[in-house]
Amino acid sequence: MTSTTRIRRAGAPRVAGLGFLAPFAIVFALVFLAPIAYALFLSLFADRLVGGVQFVGLDNFARILGDARFWSGVGNVVLFLLVQVPIMLFLSLLVALAIDSGRLHGAAFVRLSVFLPYAVPAVVATLMWGFMYGDRFGLVRSFNEILGTSIASPLAPDTVLAAIGNIVTWQFVGYNMLIFFAALRTVPTSLYEAAEIDGAGELRVITAIKLPAIRGALVIATIFSIIGSFQLFNEPSILRNLAPNAITSYFTPNIWAYELSFSGQQQGLAAAVAILMGILTAVIAYLVQLRGMRKEQR
Amino acid sequence: MSAPVIVPGVTGRRPSSLRPTSERAHRRRARAVGGPRKRRSVLLTIAMAVVVIYTLLPLVWLLINATKTQADLFSTFGLWFGGEFALFDNIGRVLAYGDGIFGRWLLNTLLYVVLGAGGATLLATLGGYAIAKFRFRGRTAAIAVVLGAVAIPGTALAVPTFLMFARIGITDTPLAVILPSLISPFGLYLMWVFASESIPDELIEAARVDGASELRIFRSVCLPLLGPGIVTVLLFTTVATWNNYFLPLIMLRNPDWYPLTIGLNAWNNQATTAGGDAIFDLVITGSLLAIIPLIALFLLLQRFWQSGLAAGSVKE
Amino acid sequence: MKHHHSTALRAGAIAGASLIALAGCSAGTQDPDAAAEAGGTLTVWAWEPTLEAVVEAYEAENEGVDIELVNAGTGNDQYTALQNAIQAGSGVPDIAQIEYFAVPQFAIADSLADISELGAADLDGTFAPGPWSAVSQGDAIVGMPMDSGPMAMFYNAEVFERLGVAVPETWEDYLQAARDLRAADPSVSITNDTGDAGLATSLMWQSGAEPFTVDGTTVGIDLEGDAARYAEIWQPMLDEDLFAPVSSWSDEWFAGMNDGTIASITTGAWMPANLESGAPDAAGDWRVAPMPQWEDGGAASAENGGSSLAVTAASEQAALAYDFLEYATTGDGVQLRLDAGAFPATTADLESQEFLDVEFEYFGGQQANQVFAESSANVVDGWSYLPYQVYANSIFNDTVGQAYVGDTTIVDGLAAWQEQIDAYGQEQGFTIE
Repeated sequence: MTSTTRIRRAGAPRVAGLGFLAPFAIVFALVFLAPIAYALFLSLFADRLVGGVQFVGLDNFARILGDARFWSGVGNVVLFLLVQVPIMLFLSLLVALAIDSGRLHGAAFVRLSVFLPYAVPAVVATLMWGFMYGDRFGLVRSFNEILGTSIASPLAPDTVLAAIGNIVTWQFVGYNMLIFFAALRTVPTSLYEAAEIDGAGELRVITAIKLPAIRGALVIATIFSIIGSFQLFNEPSILRNLAPNAITSYFTPNIWAYELSFSGQQQGLAAAVAILMGILTAVIAYLVQLRGMRKEQR
Repeated sequence: MSAPVIVPGVTGRRPSSLRPTSERAHRRRARAVGGPRKRRSVLLTIAMAVVVIYTLLPLVWLLINATKTQADLFSTFGLWFGGEFALFDNIGRVLAYGDGIFGRWLLNTLLYVVLGAGGATLLATLGGYAIAKFRFRGRTAAIAVVLGAVAIPGTALAVPTFLMFARIGITDTPLAVILPSLISPFGLYLMWVFASESIPDELIEAARVDGASELRIFRSVCLPLLGPGIVTVLLFTTVATWNNYFLPLIMLRNPDWYPLTIGLNAWNNQATTAGGDAIFDLVITGSLLAIIPLIALFLLLQRFWQSGLAAGSVKE
Repeated sequence: MKHHHSTALRAGAIAGASLIALAGCSAGTQDPDAAAEAGGTLTVWAWEPTLEAVVEAYEAENEGVDIELVNAGTGNDQYTALQNAIQAGSGVPDIAQIEYFAVPQFAIADSLADISELGAADLDGTFAPGPWSAVSQGDAIVGMPMDSGPMAMFYNAEVFERLGVAVPETWEDYLQAARDLRAADPSVSITNDTGDAGLATSLMWQSGAEPFTVDGTTVGIDLEGDAARYAEIWQPMLDEDLFAPVSSWSDEWFAGMNDGTIASITTGAWMPANLESGAPDAAGDWRVAPMPQWEDGGAASAENGGSSLAVTAASEQAALAYDFLEYATTGDGVQLRLDAGAFPATTADLESQEFLDVEFEYFGGQQANQVFAESSANVVDGWSYLPYQVYANSIFNDTVGQAYVGDTTIVDGLAAWQEQIDAYGQEQGFTIE
């Protein structure tokens, strides 16, 4: 409570504060709040090819919740969340700690190389990996030929989620690494000196000093990853051209919402999916944050 | 300030003596990291080499395949050069194809980045500063709403947004792409944290006592201190706009307004039609050209965003 | 950029559909020639590359007319855009390219103008029967056929010859040929397929099945009877892994046709240009044969792909738009498009000696148009698509496609497909029989 309480010359600063926030708030209302409100409105109606628009109340929500396709999509993103996010964050953390340890040859090069994929647009990354995943003419075939293996294309139904996970991991491992690394850099040297005097080993320094120091960064990275997972869309949607059977029209809730809205012209159902997913995401992100804070206060 | 929002670590604060500015922390640790007393580990280096191979391999693949003709693309090993070195020929064809539309897409992308990312950074800076340094009614609510709204999938809001934009007549214009890009919740968060870290309240107080206007205080006193944070936000919003795919896909119909991502995808899809020209070689070379400017920007501005991130991401 | 100034007017036009669009012509004329004389600006959404030359030639002939040709995406991408624009009531083009299978979906929503009064009513017989019936919706004519896709089997003769396999004439031969090719060279597949709604419906069409019957808003769906016949060949092909599991239009697909590991493609007559650009190394190796038959000595065929150009109901320039349509699909525009490699829908061209005599270098000098023209004449009558075929096709891979990854059979997949398109139809207010 240090910063804000002291500024208390009521009146002008308060108005000025609102003024500084206003540009963001106005645009935010226009491009975020208004569409959300509109989606809420749309979710109460059904628009039919024959018969036109009809008020249906909460019917759309009931139908989505009762549809196995919704839960199949949710299942996919939850699985993705439980597997891909930990792997990616762990890898990011590992690289960040390795670079920060000062025991690495060519640390600057590693840092940059790992970060570069972040600069590659998701479209390009997916097209690229799609080319490489091919087991008939792509890189997978080349490897099979050279190594005499018979790795199948990762775009089969059983592995396609992993194939997508790989693309996402590749794109974002460097981004998260940087956040962790940047956090590690601000740990005051005095703490390390104290640890050294105490004779603490490398591992002990990591668990006792470094990890607690970057907890905030860990939590925020986790939350953004959760949101990213729940909104999974670009990668599977572009890969659908290559794996139309493995990636169904309800593969993730977001793809389903897109299909409902653009192939089926069912705006009401699509809006209901969006709203349900928004609620689900917010609840889970909030729980993660609570947990992160509780540990912190211990 | 027990903000009941989805923001970690805003609760506790280190005593200010332990809160060096990022620059200082950077310098101080710079001595420690890689100092003479640490032995470099070969094992660790090898492990990281594996990671580096993983991250660079696809880029190497892209680079190599951008040098191939379409025929070689189909018939030669993906991780080695084809018979003919066609990189410059490919680049020439990318730039010439369809009356040089690639150049137009590049300019569009730059336009979206300059206005979209630039505007987003400006709004986030002003907003973050306001939240960090002013107390006003609805402040915490504002934060909660912004961060909560992030959870709603943008994909499904596309239709409502489209319909609204159509009503005000801005679909199929650059505005339809730029306007939504102006909002960066992560940018706002970052600037909020950065501003509360790097601007001492005493400074603002003193300026007020001197009778400076709020705008002037912001411009001359606070803005310089926010530099690294601004650069960081600018970089992230730049990446976001540069990579923007879904929104322009919905909003734009006229290829003359496409950004690179949509244009490349359109080229990729172009093979899928009767009489369509299969131009995978141009898709690959075009992809390479599309990521080079961004990578260059990152390399150039490295120093700034690293210190900005350092301050921004560490809250405990 | 030029089409978002009259939101209110257009919204009205959409509500009142084609009637208002016709009555509300801004130029106040119903005469296409006069409209062209008067001039104006048209927006055309099409991805067909050969239209560029047509637009230029038309503009040169009609100085007062300015046509903005926009590639608003290929196929479904464009339909999405079009539906969005129609729903928003702004930015709707005057003319849109619409594939035949998607025509009913836009027609039933009253998104397309009836152009019969503008002159299209007199064109019966001008176009091949398949395409013409596709743009005739009840008494209305909602588009002009731009090209057509009578099916044929494109095959790599060099591969068949090298492996000592005869080119199949019936579907049973085809299955056997698939086995023989694979036995002779494990890297070769007779064709690729990962579940393609367009191909499946065309196969049903050729077999004489009529799975979709449409009478106004009453829709009949039967995918379990005759329609499932193609599974007799396709299911063993799947069970024995005889398909290359490569999606059409992917880089791997072109690569496979280029290097001979995909030995044939059964598809529409518009394919040659794609082979030339996508599989250049195989030039001279490929030939064209009639589609394999269900009966010995049969000649049945079907259409696959092909598009129409339609005037939108929201257009305020229907007469002018029609004038351009006429030019592009029956007038001088046709030859320009044929020269650029398009396949005609006009009977005059399909029957002209010049057309039939064209020797395709890519096919080793074969006069392939003869095969295509014959196929066009033998397209089975009576086929119709669903009034929501775009949606139905979008869930084909969720259902029938699952047979390709071993989770079900084609027959069961078809049943699941039927169930879902039934449900959707009911939800959308159709009466399902």
